[in-house]
Amino acid sequence: MKRWMLLIPLVLFLGMAGLLYRGLYLDPSELPSALIGKPFPEFNLPAVQDGKPLTRADLLGKPALVNVWGTWCVACRVEHPVLTKLAEQGVVIYGVNYKDVNAEAQKWLKEFHDPYQLNINDEAGSLGLNLGVYGAPETFLIDAKGVIRYKHVGVIDQTVWREKLAGQYQALVDEGRE
Amino acid sequence: MIRRDDVAAGRASSRASALLRGARRLAAAAVLALGFAGVAQAAIDAYTFKDDAERARYTELTRELRCPKCQNQDIADSNAPIAADLRKEIYRMLGEGQSNQQIIDFMVDRYGEFVRYKPELNAHTWLLWFGPAGLLLGGAVLIGVIVVRRRRTSREDADVLSDEERQRLAHLLDKNRE
Repeated sequence: MKRWMLLIPLVLFLGMAGLLYRGLYLDPSELPSALIGKPFPEFNLPAVQDGKPLTRADLLGKPALVNVWGTWCVACRVEHPVLTKLAEQGVVIYGVNYKDVNAEAQKWLKEFHDPYQLNINDEAGSLGLNLGVYGAPETFLIDAKGVIRYKHVGVIDQTVWREKLAGQYQALVDEGRE
Repeated sequence: MIRRDDVAAGRASSRASALLRGARRLAAAAVLALGFAGVAQAAIDAYTFKDDAERARYTELTRELRCPKCQNQDIADSNAPIAADLRKEIYRMLGEGQSNQQIIDFMVDRYGEFVRYKPELNAHTWLLWFGPAGLLLGGAVLIGVIVVRRRRTSREDADVLSDEERQRLAHLLDKNRE
């Protein structure tokens, strides 16, 4: 046997160790969205506040965040002040009230600040299903034409906004200006 | 006038009736629990199917699709609301006469390839499909090569000296003996 072949087990071990080490820092609950690069799904649902019918066309025109939320979702409560702040800075945010009791959603919006430009009442979860939502909060970044560019699962806090969303949102806004 | 033992008797009888009441309460709770068990069972199997073939397809699909929220359960097994929604959706699509492939494509379009326990064979997944068998085969080949090589060298050991060398060896041994 040649001498260098003795190194094979060491190389294999190091390769395996590297792979497993990387695995330690992966979050398996974060699924890549199947919808990135695809158009936001069609829907025809009432608004939370006044029951006015809303469709996909209402979301077009500006790059925006589409935030899937519910009053039953504890993490949404944590996220809410951050979204409010973003809305104050001029970020366009649409809400999808996912599998919620509408009266409670209205109460929530009245009691807290309402960061949403409009809010879709998805009581049955049909839009959520078409969006591949598997837990709230989830937030989609869509461009002015309604194409989904990015999806964040979990709470948006200042760090997530700064590191993952702000840059892409700004790029979409700049794209629209040119 | 109330005598002492009357009071004692009264106490005893109230204790007995309390016991009886307790037993009754227990029995009622047991009946209630049984009732709920029935409901819980029914919540899982509340669908009525056209025929056994459709039921079999439903079972097959709900076992092959993975719950996006509770990741190591199939949607037949999971109690998560999202799994219930997906079961309902599969039932609806079966009722509409859609094929297994259409239903799986529907799920993959929304939740990504992740939801399949049997991912499609393509450029990304061939390693997943054939990796384990490949490793096994590789190991077998390696062992085979080692064994064959060993055998060959041990056979060569028998006549490791050429005739010329043997003569020399005999010569040297003779020399030493002198």
